[in-house]
Amino acid sequence: MLLVMTVFTGLIYPLVMTALGQIVFPEQANGSMIRINGKLVGSKLIGQNFTSDKYFWPRPSAIGYNPLPSGGSNYGPTSDTLKELVEMRRSEFIRSNGLSPNAKVPPDMLYASGSGLDPDISPESAELQIDRVARARGFDSLQTAALSKLVKSYTEKPQLGFLGDPVVNVLELNIALDSLR
Amino acid sequence: MFIATLGIFGMHDILQIGAFLIALIVLTPLLGNFMAKALNGERNFLTPVFGGLERWFYRICGIDPEREMDWKEYLLAVIAFSLVGLVVLWLLQVTQEYLPLNPQHLPNVSWDLAFNTAVSFMTNTNWQSYAGETTLSYFVQMAGLTVHNFVSAAAGMAVLLALVRGITRKSKEGLGNFWADLVRMTLYVLLPLSVILTLVLIGQGTVQTLSGYAHVTTLEGQKQVIAVGPAASQIAIKQLGTNGGGFFNANSAHPFENPTPLTNFLEVLSIILIASASVYMYGKMVGSARQGWVIWGVMLSVFCIMLSFSLYSEYSFHPPYVSTPSMEGKETRLGITNSILWEVTTTVTSNGSVNSMHDSLTPLSGMVGMLDMMFGEVIFGGIGSGLASMLLFVLLTVFIAGLMVGRTPEYLGKKIEAYEVKMSVIGVLAPGAAILIFTAIASITKVGLSSLNNGGPHGLSEILYAFTSGAANNGSAFAGLNANTVFYNVTMGFDMLIGRFVPIAAYLSVAGSLAKKKAVPPSAGTFPTDSALFGFLLIGVIIIVAALTFFPVLALGPIVEHFLMLAGKTF
Repeated sequence: MLLVMTVFTGLIYPLVMTALGQIVFPEQANGSMIRINGKLVGSKLIGQNFTSDKYFWPRPSAIGYNPLPSGGSNYGPTSDTLKELVEMRRSEFIRSNGLSPNAKVPPDMLYASGSGLDPDISPESAELQIDRVARARGFDSLQTAALSKLVKSYTEKPQLGFLGDPVVNVLELNIALDSLR
Repeated sequence: MFIATLGIFGMHDILQIGAFLIALIVLTPLLGNFMAKALNGERNFLTPVFGGLERWFYRICGIDPEREMDWKEYLLAVIAFSLVGLVVLWLLQVTQEYLPLNPQHLPNVSWDLAFNTAVSFMTNTNWQSYAGETTLSYFVQMAGLTVHNFVSAAAGMAVLLALVRGITRKSKEGLGNFWADLVRMTLYVLLPLSVILTLVLIGQGTVQTLSGYAHVTTLEGQKQVIAVGPAASQIAIKQLGTNGGGFFNANSAHPFENPTPLTNFLEVLSIILIASASVYMYGKMVGSARQGWVIWGVMLSVFCIMLSFSLYSEYSFHPPYVSTPSMEGKETRLGITNSILWEVTTTVTSNGSVNSMHDSLTPLSGMVGMLDMMFGEVIFGGIGSGLASMLLFVLLTVFIAGLMVGRTPEYLGKKIEAYEVKMSVIGVLAPGAAILIFTAIASITKVGLSSLNNGGPHGLSEILYAFTSGAANNGSAFAGLNANTVFYNVTMGFDMLIGRFVPIAAYLSVAGSLAKKKAVPPSAGTFPTDSALFGFLLIGVIIIVAALTFFPVLALGPIVEHFLMLAGKTF
């Protein structure tokens, strides 16, 4: 019985699903990869690290955006280490984006994600980074306005109008940013 | 203008929870009705598709689906099937180097980790000591883990069917045929739903490929290796079968497992759907829909209480060094509400998949997760096993109510006597005893404490959560605990075995004893079990048993941590 079940649910079922997935949704089944000039630069769904001022930054990651293996920090709210990390991230975000010392930093920029590969940030976190990116790229006020528009156009609304929170996909935004004139 | 949604509970969040509850309420009777037919072996709309296959299964395995098994034979079949599965899954892991479909050339798994993972999947727990993408080949994920995702869920349902037959049959020995129950559950319920869910998941971005991992150069010129694999087909059944073991280490927080809010909605609904529908099915099978709805009402009430409490804790409390609720361990696309809805759903059922890291939740939210499991996985619970454990609580409640009015307790026309009550008590208390004893051992030994990721009371919570999750066959974790050590792999393995097979033996022995009894007609002294009053009594018994067993240890872990957090203390 176990053998029959193994053949049926362990081989036939996943292999038929793989074949169907590859035929019907080849893009998604292979990881929603993004290519620029034929070169693989990442996946739309997997976050990657950005440290340069010229790019929008993603959320902190407990694994440094290395997907092998994925995971979060698993620090609890009474962890010393987490407290230090959060305080460091707050002052760093405030300093590099030129915010007022008492500015409220959105929680997604203070805390690492569960997967360590979160591809998104909140629209608020993207908006707070616009000035820094514009400065680093030497944008004039017209170009900065275009950048603000770009961030808005890359803000994804909740799915079907009510599911999930609004987000900005960092990699997609940064790719669009590179082609902004 | 953006609306600052992060950290504020609003209309938007109520809508998402409302949609989940409405979908659950609508689908429960539909699926329950279908399951009552299909699992009884009656003709249904899928018979033309799977009927031939079902008969072929019986023929090739030499099974007569009409042959009745008594309770001992049934129990033996469950145990034998599970043990063979355990050994095969262990062998697959420790030899994966020599097997096909291993594009990353992952080495053989160590004996203790393979033992832990094999027990974990065979018992429908799916505790993750392994990190999928760096430990297991595609072949083991498919021919090992996916198979057990199906059959451990189907075996759970089979045991429930046997218990229901014990309750409904009069003066008989037989409880049905384990093999037929196993095949019908797999073919008519689990497989069709998995196929549909797999396809939707792939369409939304879940990977399903046999190619090796992708090597990319990021925009800033760094190298990144992106793990892929045949994930969607396994994730679908991992949710539907209350299994929960992830294809990837981060489980359903991983964007490839759970790419969008829509997949999140469908996955969290799949976690609870079959367990919920089986309560309706139960009502149909015992010939009174009300009996089913009362139990379902009890489950939903406790679910809603736990959900509200966890949401309240997560949105209201945070350490004094920040001014917002925490996003540690949570994904931006899902937000706090979806993380908590999932947390409560996955812990009341014995699913155990996670879309946020429970270790990083506020102490009282984390406690809700533990308490959900400490109830004995009776609030919807695992496929089959959840309702079966709930029925043990029902028998205990009938017994206690009988003591209060001084009559012989009856349930659905069957006298409840000393034997049934004894077995129910053993089935209800064994997992609790395993949790407390193993937690105590781990908290006073060096080898137990050296795996901790957090200090102070949160450290105790990490250990307590692990053994609770194992004995409840849940599989979610305070994942900071490094459980991949010989000590934890072995103790957790036995924790899971006790949590699975002692209650199963209890259900089947009760079923065997009830099946033999004659029916007594209801009299004026019969306490009605399809009333709201009975529902309240049942809730009371469940909460009292859990509270008496676990309050002391919860006070030392999450409760004291809550107050220390508010005081700004860190460890």
